[in-house]
Amino acid sequence: MTATLRALGALFRRTDRAVLAAIGCNVVLLIAGALYDANFLSLDYLLQQLQVASFLGVIATGVLLVVLLGHIDLSIPWVVTLGGMMSTATAGHAGIAGSFAIPFAVACGAGFGLANGLGVAYLRVPSMIFTLATNTIAQGLMVVHTSGFAPQDHATPAMHLLAVERSILGIPNAVWVWAVIGGATVAMLRRTGFGRRIYAIGNGERAVYLSRGHVGRVVVACFALSGACSAFAGVLLAGYSTKAYQAMGDPYLLPAIAAVVLGGANILGGRGSYLGTVAGVILVTLLQSILSIVQMPEAGRQVIYGTVIIAMLLAYGRRPKGVT
Amino acid sequence: MTAVADRAAPAVPALLQMRGISKHYGGVRALDGAGLTCARGRIHAVLGENGAGKSTLIKVLSGVVRPDAGTIELDGAPVELRRPADAQRLGIVSVFQELSLLPDLTVADNIGIVDPPRRWGMIDARAQRRRAEAALARLGVTDIHPLAPVRDLPLSRRQIVEIAKALARAPRLLILDEATSALTAADVASVFGVLRALRDQGLAIVFISHRMHEIDEIADDCSVYRNGRHVASFAAGERTPNQIIEMMIGRDYDSVFPPRLAGPEGPENPPPALRVTRLSWADRLRDISFEIRPGEVVGLGGLDGQGQRELLLALFGALTGVTGEIAVGGKPVALSSPRGTRLPGGGIALVPEDRKTEGLMLAMSVRDNLSFAALDQLSRFGVIDRGAEQAAVTEMAELLRIRSDGLDGPVAALSGGNQQKVVIGKWLLTRPQIILLADPTRGIDVGTKQELYQLLRRLAAQRAALLLHSTDYAELIGCCDRVLILYDGAIVRELDGSAITEHNIVAAAHNLPAEPA
Amino acid sequence: MTGRRADLRYWLAAQRTPLAAAALFVAMFALFIAKHPAGLSGNVVNTAANKGVLLALVAMAQTLPVLTSGLDLSVGNMFVMTNCLASVLVTGTPGHVALGVAAVLGAGIACGAVNGLVVVVGRLQPIIATLATGAVYQGIALWLRPAPGGDVHEGFADFMTSSLYDAVPVSLLVLVATVVVIWLPYRRSALGRAAYAIGSSEQAAYMSGVPVARAKLATYVLGGLFAAVAGLLLTCVTESGEANALLAGGYTLNSIAAVVIGGTSLFGGSGGVIGTIFGAFVLRTIGDLLFVFDMDALSQPLFLGVVLLVSVSLGSVRLLRVKRRLDLYR
Repeated sequence: MTATLRALGALFRRTDRAVLAAIGCNVVLLIAGALYDANFLSLDYLLQQLQVASFLGVIATGVLLVVLLGHIDLSIPWVVTLGGMMSTATAGHAGIAGSFAIPFAVACGAGFGLANGLGVAYLRVPSMIFTLATNTIAQGLMVVHTSGFAPQDHATPAMHLLAVERSILGIPNAVWVWAVIGGATVAMLRRTGFGRRIYAIGNGERAVYLSRGHVGRVVVACFALSGACSAFAGVLLAGYSTKAYQAMGDPYLLPAIAAVVLGGANILGGRGSYLGTVAGVILVTLLQSILSIVQMPEAGRQVIYGTVIIAMLLAYGRRPKGVT
Repeated sequence: MTAVADRAAPAVPALLQMRGISKHYGGVRALDGAGLTCARGRIHAVLGENGAGKSTLIKVLSGVVRPDAGTIELDGAPVELRRPADAQRLGIVSVFQELSLLPDLTVADNIGIVDPPRRWGMIDARAQRRRAEAALARLGVTDIHPLAPVRDLPLSRRQIVEIAKALARAPRLLILDEATSALTAADVASVFGVLRALRDQGLAIVFISHRMHEIDEIADDCSVYRNGRHVASFAAGERTPNQIIEMMIGRDYDSVFPPRLAGPEGPENPPPALRVTRLSWADRLRDISFEIRPGEVVGLGGLDGQGQRELLLALFGALTGVTGEIAVGGKPVALSSPRGTRLPGGGIALVPEDRKTEGLMLAMSVRDNLSFAALDQLSRFGVIDRGAEQAAVTEMAELLRIRSDGLDGPVAALSGGNQQKVVIGKWLLTRPQIILLADPTRGIDVGTKQELYQLLRRLAAQRAALLLHSTDYAELIGCCDRVLILYDGAIVRELDGSAITEHNIVAAAHNLPAEPA
Repeated sequence: MTGRRADLRYWLAAQRTPLAAAALFVAMFALFIAKHPAGLSGNVVNTAANKGVLLALVAMAQTLPVLTSGLDLSVGNMFVMTNCLASVLVTGTPGHVALGVAAVLGAGIACGAVNGLVVVVGRLQPIIATLATGAVYQGIALWLRPAPGGDVHEGFADFMTSSLYDAVPVSLLVLVATVVVIWLPYRRSALGRAAYAIGSSEQAAYMSGVPVARAKLATYVLGGLFAAVAGLLLTCVTESGEANALLAGGYTLNSIAAVVIGGTSLFGGSGGVIGTIFGAFVLRTIGDLLFVFDMDALSQPLFLGVVLLVSVSLGSVRLLRVKRRLDLYR
């Protein structure tokens, strides 16, 4: 017992203040929700929330990688849509193509991410504008794609299985998927040289360049991973709602960035943890859920959502005084 | 001290009185109870070596840095300078060593940036342009167009604009901090003409320059600083340049340099660890040839900005378009990127000039920083071997006696000296055979400096080849086996053994002939 | 060297990108008119102007913070919010209409001030701070107008969307008036130049005694005002208000694109709203061109994306000149 407590204490001290704040906010939200409606703490409801959160969580994984570098990826909305549409369309082709639906969609997303990374790392176009342009291109491709011929837009059984079913221990498979991706990301960030270099680049490219780090390759890889995550989330979303549709990724960009920042990541790069991102994702999901449970009109939801983010950032996300 | 200052400016009451100014940066004492007294109608030269505290004193005076202690009086009334705007309101105008120009704005905009001429509440562009043209004409400059963006001007023209910007503000006290370092002799002459005219109109001028002949030419009074303290003030001409240099140097640190160590004997006549032949880059490096043998510490001296930094970057593969030949251990190498400096047998390491942005990832832990350059060696299939990392990092931290609250704390929390040890340790983990060091002891306390000197000697004893760029002449004398002096991108002198003296270094740095031995 | 020709040369050099954007727009628009079945008719010009001016105004709002190397991701939301507010207030007697217009513009200024305060006093990163305030403004828009609808004083709306003498669109005049009455005086004021100074080098600006906080705040406030003018105009065009989040997001993203095409650096310090206006017009004309060339309307976003990607990548040519590779890195 004391050993557990001590371990918890050590974990507490090691964990970033911002991450603790995000976790604390989650607890407050859960208590507030429970006070309003006891069902809020029911296992079923919580699992359902986790399932919803896992889609955002997969997207936020990519966002975290890019934000840690000090960049941003605005191509997420349409790469998500691209992932959803490519998977359903591949599935539409009879025969062997169907089994490649998911890998193909993820590869398409990674390809877009690769282009983003090349533009940012080697053409040195600011990531904000370059990814904005590729987002428009992805949108253009999808518009052409859906109109040219009537592609099949229904999810495959495999996609449905991943997004909706509960195969193990009654826990939604989407949550397992998120757990696997999250675990891999944590291992990568903490245990590999690649992960170390991601943080280092966010702290200052010059120092990395002068320490023989591969700046360009790491940036390209992170953007490619971000694209793959977005496309995979699109696959899951298509599985969840049984079909892919235009603009299905639009509602995910801002919450994903907000989740990463609320989880203590510095939008200028170099600081942030996956634990924080998980806390941020759940925070955003719970906030949205509670606001809808109390039947707060959408207007109030938006205002509270924005105000809470500003308030939390003012409390712990400010940049130090005097630094410009 | 005050008595001396009073004698220096007998008739006129002082415009500026700074007393007991102290400023610490972390553990480093930049200023230690220093003072400065300036009179109207006098040009006051502030002298001292790099790190003597001149620049900090000027920053205090212009409101950029707030002192820990001390008082400033202007016209006998105490003033408080919280920010640059405060100083400017009081008529204290500075021309900084690091230019304070806005690169995207035009010359006229820059000159009129503070308190521009206005009409109807808007900036009167014509009047502002006339003012800029007048300021430039006063400096005898005809080749700068007032509508040219500052970013397009070469360094010397920017410096002129910086001076014009200060003049256009009608100062009471004008400070020039190394403001003429990039100017040609003709430019300097016209700037001096203006300064003399301003002095005769009653302005007080503080003038900092490393060029002794300029001081000789223009100063009325001199104040010498050393190690953050005021040493002496006197009227110009009362002391010879030699006496002034002695004052600047002091005689208190001969003992800090460790003796050369005997190391393992190498082969009788080893090939040079590094041989550079006719290396040139853009117009900043010209025909540089030299070699360093294993176990040798070669110094790189000269005034600031004579190409030392570029030479180190070129040897580290960070410049494109370098011509000439570089051979490591007798074999020619093509250094096209820092990654290319990993060579069989150890490779090249660079301890860069700005440790905070170029040497370290400040927010990351001591451990992460120390192991960063050697990550490839410490990883298997991309996964860091934590045990190996821990062992290597701990050993290095002990070897270099890095004082920290544990290896997991951010490196930003360390003192400057310990941060520099981390940068060096990071490279030692890669076992380099050639180590390039860019002014590694700048802003570091004396105790840690000693440790670093001993470390350099130890590395040399282990047959590494070291190229040490330093702005501190004493360091070149105490640490180096040979010293190369750069001037305008070329090696103008190589000093060896007993020829490495303060006088010879200073003379060569100013491209003057050496003193007969 | 100081002759008129040198002056002209420097002026041209400084205006190169805005002029290129303007030339591109003129060429594209000429092509559009030449191919248009109705030719150069007042109606065609009016429709094009109404669309172009809306984006131009929102992009102007974006330009100001970008000049200080900031960013405002809430411009689209302010645009939509003021649209909703106008659909409530700008109605009734002419007196009411005037008060309503004043209130809408005031609301824009207030939103901008909130953005500025959060960034300057709260010391939050502009990108994330305005992301959050944008959500708030979107919420207020929804509260004002839960469902699309509302109305606007018809005479006022008709006038704002009409063409004088069937040739000069009033919306274009509104844009020109905004530039002449607000932008040009601002650009020539000490505050406006301070914005450029901050974007050029915040450190050097501070050392030169430039009022950094005040100048930054002003850019966000003016941004809010420009967004409100656009919102007002949108109300006149659609004769209703709608809290459309997709519209807001689209305008925000397109505003950034227009800023970049118009020659304002995202790192701050150079550029201006004149270039931005033409950048916005170029973006809008691409769509019109595809329409008259009978290009598949569906491939329009794709084409737009390619144009955007190519135009932002062109700047990379400068990389070839960098000899000190360290300078490439931040």
